[in-house]
Amino acid sequence: MRKFIFLIYVSLFIFNCGKAWSLIEVDITRGNLNPLPLAVSPLSVDQNSKEKFKDTLKLEDIGAEISKVVENNLRQSGLFNPLDPKAFLQKPDIAHVKPRFEDWALIKAQALITGEVKIVDEKLRVEFRLWDVLAGKEIMALAFTTVSENWRRVGHIITDKVYQRLTGEKGYFDTRIIYVAEEGLKTSRIKKLAIMDQDGFNTKYLTLGNELVLTPRFNPTNQMVTYLSYFKNLPRVYLLDIETGIQEVVGDFPGMTFAPRFSPDGKKIIMSFAKDGNSDIYTMDLESREVEKITNHPSIDTSPSYSPDGKYICFNSDRSGYQQIYVMRSDGSKVKRISFGNGLYGTPVWSPRGDLIAFTKLHKGKFYIGVMRTDGTGERLLTENYYQEAPSWSPNGRVLIFYRETKSDSAGKGFSAKLWSIDLTGYNERMVKTETDASDPSWSSLLTD
Amino acid sequence: MSLNKIFRNTLLVFFASILLSACAVKTTGKMQGDVYTGKDTVEYLASGVPDRVFFATNETVLTTASRETLRKQASWLRKNSKINVVLEGHADERGTREYNLALGERRANAAKDYLMTYGISGNRISVISYGKERPVDSGSNPLAWSKNRRSVTVKAN
Repeated sequence: MRKFIFLIYVSLFIFNCGKAWSLIEVDITRGNLNPLPLAVSPLSVDQNSKEKFKDTLKLEDIGAEISKVVENNLRQSGLFNPLDPKAFLQKPDIAHVKPRFEDWALIKAQALITGEVKIVDEKLRVEFRLWDVLAGKEIMALAFTTVSENWRRVGHIITDKVYQRLTGEKGYFDTRIIYVAEEGLKTSRIKKLAIMDQDGFNTKYLTLGNELVLTPRFNPTNQMVTYLSYFKNLPRVYLLDIETGIQEVVGDFPGMTFAPRFSPDGKKIIMSFAKDGNSDIYTMDLESREVEKITNHPSIDTSPSYSPDGKYICFNSDRSGYQQIYVMRSDGSKVKRISFGNGLYGTPVWSPRGDLIAFTKLHKGKFYIGVMRTDGTGERLLTENYYQEAPSWSPNGRVLIFYRETKSDSAGKGFSAKLWSIDLTGYNERMVKTETDASDPSWSSLLTD
Repeated sequence: MSLNKIFRNTLLVFFASILLSACAVKTTGKMQGDVYTGKDTVEYLASGVPDRVFFATNETVLTTASRETLRKQASWLRKNSKINVVLEGHADERGTREYNLALGERRANAAKDYLMTYGISGNRISVISYGKERPVDSGSNPLAWSKNRRSVTVKAN
């Protein structure tokens, strides 16, 4: 397992963020039908460094490859329109020192990203600049040094910086997705835990597929995962340390535990425990091992998710007769139903900003991913499909990832399960690339913040 | 002439309806309400002792047919006192994964409770829920879903 904590030295050498003279501004609060045209100039690499990277990383041109990562991220966001590099007139090395703004304005670029890649003490050093083409000035400059295997992450970090500078909000590109990789027949699916970069690269499998695994979720520092495993045919919540690979069962429950998530401080796991036909919500403190019963009701109580301040819990219950969404204080008091629309509601997840709850809704044979305010008002359905569920928020609360299944015949023909993402605005719906079929995605927080 | 035509049309309708009903019979299995009542997927613990019971959508209530099946299982278990069983509860694919895990658990327990009222010790029965993870029929249609909403009694030893 590759190390999870990467050392990235961010040295800030010029940072003109002040006074916002810049004319560029990207509004991310509504569907963006006119993505901002910008140019990502291939990062320039000196011949000596280029040869070395060719040997170690098997990359023809590392500068161009990092630029492609940035370009792809920006395009996927739906807010930016990276222009075709074939139209670029200026050479990368010269553009990085002194862009000829007329050339870039000519191809309608409003912003320009340039950079330089070098080997310094066997390490990868990347410098980049963001330019406002219309104002004709530099608006940001940063440099990173890291081990060269992290070159894709450098592209993600650059994207995060650019995104933040141009939208005013934090990015979500230097992140990972943990999910369940699926193979085989629908009646006997083989499922493994898998982890990948947000853009679908660097996939690693964390379990072998010998037992059924479901619903993995990161802890706040992204080093631990809690999930459901059918190890020895006993469905229980487990904890996995991604770096060491050590797994342990959570608590000592005489029955199925499921639907786990971490508390926002990472100290507790909240989950359902099913006994004698009744599922209630429990927490377990990971240090003291103390177990606390949070709900006590003869109905099914499941899918708990904390508010980011840890004061509230939203969850799924059928105490009214059918699946609905409820909110309570984190000690289990003041339970209040918040979903009142037509249909069934499930999988509530509190947004990282705290103001919204994402959910799955089933109505008249269709499945929807939607959001509502935490008091249940302002319900908005983002996408409708034959089957989809389990939204998970990007760390900046702007994008939701979920999974979608297709119809099949009795032999299972036509069946597929894929990850999809959609903007909070309801725009920019995209399939997220995975090596195999996939379900139950969970988005990490930013790896470097 | 026109009488002849009417006769011919009636005949056509007649044959068409025969054809249609033949088709309807051809679809495998049956449902009452949306509870599966066919035998397609059913296996037998012993002669005349079906291994599974079926449920309506989102329901955990045992139907009359289910109770009859479970009474047969109970009498078989009484005769074979060394056999322990696992009740495997399942849901169809038209629900969220976590809720369906709870629903499967509740269905298997409904069956367990009924077996216990017929004198089978709770010690001989364990329960596991697979939620929607292990369908018997992969189809995305009401009939397939009705076969998948089930509690299956499996010999544990």
